[in-house]
Amino acid sequence: MANDKVVHVSDSEFENKVIASKLPCLVDFWAPWCGPCKSIGPVIDELAVEYDGKAMVAKVNVDDNPATPGKFGIRAIPTLIMFKNGEAVDQITGAVGKAQLQAMIDKAL
Amino acid sequence: MSASHYQLVIVGGGPAGLTAGLYAARARINTLLIEKTAVSGQVLVTERVDNYPGFADGVSGYELMEKMALHAERFGLQKKLAGIAEFALEGPEKRFSLENGETITADAVILCNGARPRKLNIPGEREFAGRGVSYCATCDGPFYRNQEIAVVGGGNTAIQEALHLTKFAQKITVIHRRSELRATKILQERAFAEEKIEFVWNTQVKAVQGGKSGVESLLLSGEGGAEQVLPVTGVFMFIGIQPNNELLPLEVLEHDQAGFLHTDEAMATALPGVFAAGDIRSKKFRQIVNAASDGAVAALSAGHYLEQHFPNTSDKSS
Repeated sequence: MANDKVVHVSDSEFENKVIASKLPCLVDFWAPWCGPCKSIGPVIDELAVEYDGKAMVAKVNVDDNPATPGKFGIRAIPTLIMFKNGEAVDQITGAVGKAQLQAMIDKAL
Repeated sequence: MSASHYQLVIVGGGPAGLTAGLYAARARINTLLIEKTAVSGQVLVTERVDNYPGFADGVSGYELMEKMALHAERFGLQKKLAGIAEFALEGPEKRFSLENGETITADAVILCNGARPRKLNIPGEREFAGRGVSYCATCDGPFYRNQEIAVVGGGNTAIQEALHLTKFAQKITVIHRRSELRATKILQERAFAEEKIEFVWNTQVKAVQGGKSGVESLLLSGEGGAEQVLPVTGVFMFIGIQPNNELLPLEVLEHDQAGFLHTDEAMATALPGVFAAGDIRSKKFRQIVNAASDGAVAALSAGHYLEQHFPNTSDKSS
């Protein structure tokens, strides 16, 4: 189920919304044709609600926004990158479980 | 600490788990399916499934799994989105400690943990995972438009995915350690007719090499150990699968050398009340249709077990 806590970010918004973000930000690079990406969608939604106010949870559709994944050398999805103070501090590829993603966010808080 | 109790717990939401869930829910067994992602199974990464009966025009792996999930939910299958941290399967009460701290107990369990792509375990494979090393052509193919890439393996998955990758890549080199493919004839014919696909036979990949931007080449070892370097920007590995058995009590569950679980024809494992279905089972052929079949049989067997051993709780559906 989609919810409005997840921030959908485009190439042109990435700098302002993610890099300049005061909160640590988990970014899910995904595409609509990727089954594993869709399978973790509900997990991402849950995380966005649980960490509301503490961390930002964002999604970048790599089909519509090729520049940002290119910049971070992403050649596989889903890839999840944790940003803190504008820096990529952690990265994981593949449909992982919620506990792993929670651990990644907690480390950056 | 109170634990939620169910008659049956199903571990895993791929074709085996969802079919078991459908059968159990229709039999009014109070069932919980536990799965760490919303839709699951190795089928997810298949762009097009052409051999599942009833889908004459083919169906995407994701769509098939979504339909199976909806089908089971229509009959009231309960699902929990969580990872399992610990299994206790030996006593009459089966106990599952979840990663979120919850505990679930059940009278019977069907293990549909499935399998995952096997790794080659060569230098560079882990380092470049997600930066040129991939195990999912549907997910990652579009990143290789007009590039030269490699596929490792010679089975159905390898050849099917190599064919799928022709939509994106300029050239695909299939590297196989034998002199002929194991893939089914129809796939072989299609692959041999495809201009973008080249084959390198009797050859193994020794290392994945690259730099800051990701994979740049593969180090290959051919007949007689002759080494060569194949420049590619990506490599897709399809060299078989390994069971998701890490947390299972393998010392008391009978299993084969590779760690896949042995069951009888009724899908019963060596432990009473513990059944297994799908790719986690030791078997010769792994197809979506026989994973689903395993799931159905396991649910019927679990129902029979519950009636025999827990007759008083048999109509306690929620």
